[in-house]
Amino acid sequence: MVQHYLSGNEAIVEGAIRAGCRYYAGYPITPSTEIMERISVRFSEIGGVFIQMEDEIAAICSVIGASWAGAKALTATSGPGFSLMQEGIGYAAMTETPIVVVDVQRAGPSTGQATRVASGDVMQAKWGSSGDYQVIAVCPWSVQEAYEQTINAFNLAEKYRVPVILLTEEAIGHLRERMDVVNDIEIFNHKKKRSTDLFGTEERDVCPPMPTFGEGEKVLVTGSTHDGYGFRRTDDPIVQDQLVSRLNEKIINNSEKIIDYDNYYLEDAKVVIISYGFTARSSLFAVEALRAEGEKIGMLRLKTLWPFPDSLKKHIGANANVLFVPEMNKGQVAGEIRKYVSCQVVTFTQTNGEVIYPDIIIEQLRRYL
Amino acid sequence: MPRDMRQYLRPGITSTPFCPGCGHGILMGLILRAIHQLELNMDEMLFVSGIGCAAWIPSPHFNADTLHILHGRAIPAATGAKLFNPKLRVMVISGDGDLADIGGNHLIHAARRNIDLTVICASNMVYSMTGGQASSTTSVGAFTQTTTQGNPYQPLDLCRLVIAAGAKYAARYSVTQPLALITAIKKALHINGFCFIEVLSPCPTQFGRHNQLNTPVDMIKNLMEKCITKNRANKSSSEELKGKIITGEFTNGAS
Repeated sequence: MVQHYLSGNEAIVEGAIRAGCRYYAGYPITPSTEIMERISVRFSEIGGVFIQMEDEIAAICSVIGASWAGAKALTATSGPGFSLMQEGIGYAAMTETPIVVVDVQRAGPSTGQATRVASGDVMQAKWGSSGDYQVIAVCPWSVQEAYEQTINAFNLAEKYRVPVILLTEEAIGHLRERMDVVNDIEIFNHKKKRSTDLFGTEERDVCPPMPTFGEGEKVLVTGSTHDGYGFRRTDDPIVQDQLVSRLNEKIINNSEKIIDYDNYYLEDAKVVIISYGFTARSSLFAVEALRAEGEKIGMLRLKTLWPFPDSLKKHIGANANVLFVPEMNKGQVAGEIRKYVSCQVVTFTQTNGEVIYPDIIIEQLRRYL
Repeated sequence: MPRDMRQYLRPGITSTPFCPGCGHGILMGLILRAIHQLELNMDEMLFVSGIGCAAWIPSPHFNADTLHILHGRAIPAATGAKLFNPKLRVMVISGDGDLADIGGNHLIHAARRNIDLTVICASNMVYSMTGGQASSTTSVGAFTQTTTQGNPYQPLDLCRLVIAAGAKYAARYSVTQPLALITAIKKALHINGFCFIEVLSPCPTQFGRHNQLNTPVDMIKNLMEKCITKNRANKSSSEELKGKIITGEFTNGAS
């Protein structure tokens, strides 16, 4: 095990390299820029391809091109740049192109506050592009987890041939803390079986193998509706329905394997905080402070945001009667939670560009204890 | 198409998807002839296209890796594939709306970076697939679905644009100049660096019939009248050059 002292953005770079990422295209935007800066240096040391493109649209499209050329490819951005990338994310979902997109969230909407924190892109990560598709979004709460979740993001992208979004926040990106690198980390590489059926079969939740350009496979890739061989079928209702259904079901039907939680003091908890990202740090502080006072309070930390952890009801315990959801947005995750639980869901939302401090959470929670 | 050219077409492809009188089918044949004459291995080639009629020239017809990507983004996608695997010989084939309008910024920057791509812009001077709206290459006064009083804007000179940005090779020919076009495509494939060819291609369906060019033959004749070689243009007065399209090579990257 090797110890490092890094920022979240730097840890993302190290995680990507560990996962086998050797292509990066990006465009400067605060607060994600350190990722691009560090990876440009690291790739020059280890032999990866780095390019600074003319905008975020070019960045994501070149990442898609590199992915089909055989790369594990990464781009990173923040709010407004993430908006520009949405069409590319939809294309990657439609063509089942494994890519990883980092969104270091800042206060929006629009240009907003470039150097301040928010979690306002949770819904954009899921619904930003046109049509019905699925992505996977993971959400780290520490520098350590920024590293681990970046590796996880590449593994998931490879496993399910899907764009994976590392949905982090300015506060994690710029946070510096200890990070341990362990030796045995599982790295997954997509199946490359030579095949003509590149875009799925009638088996709906199966992820087909993916060939690489330049190996004589005569690969046919299109963002238009296509059959299993990649031929455009733009007026066939059956092909359209099968493709869209499979793109969704290959993720939804595997959501148990994709979704990850962390539990804290849930056995007897009557009030449960559901938290994610940086806010979960304050939430855990609040839980432990109130536990010390004898309150029956616990926390469920969401490590995956998309597909939405709809099985959270199983984890919150039988005694929970209030779910408290503090968020640096106007309740984007709380709204999702309400779809899946019947107990009271209380939100605390803060969109002032600052992190939510533990004492605010404690103060809010006292009303329900 | 001669029988020995069939190897360049994806099995099952028997016809082009283009309208009668469209120039894109001619261009398709010329590109394949250039590849054939250079004896290139299609297994090492990648064709990238955006959205529009011209983007269907390679996808799905060419028997090679083809990436049919988002509208305007063929060049960035080609850049990613080329940079990660420099052994790939990457050709971008797309239309004027795709490469010059929505993708214009990428065109400039790929030329500036001198990425080793062969970019073929099949320019019919109109948005054909969406029903015939004006593009950035539509000539002044032309009638389209969005310029019913005549186009008020100057068209872009794409060759001058990419040369100014740093392209190693730029050429403009019409599909009515097939031999010169094959030579230009071969040159562009041979030169190491950013090469650009603007190919003027008639669109009788969405352009001609709104501009007093009622048949495909009228459009071809009109292109032949309009196109004038660089050498002839050098000897012509500005009055004589009015409404003409200068064809030829605009920079020599053969060094």
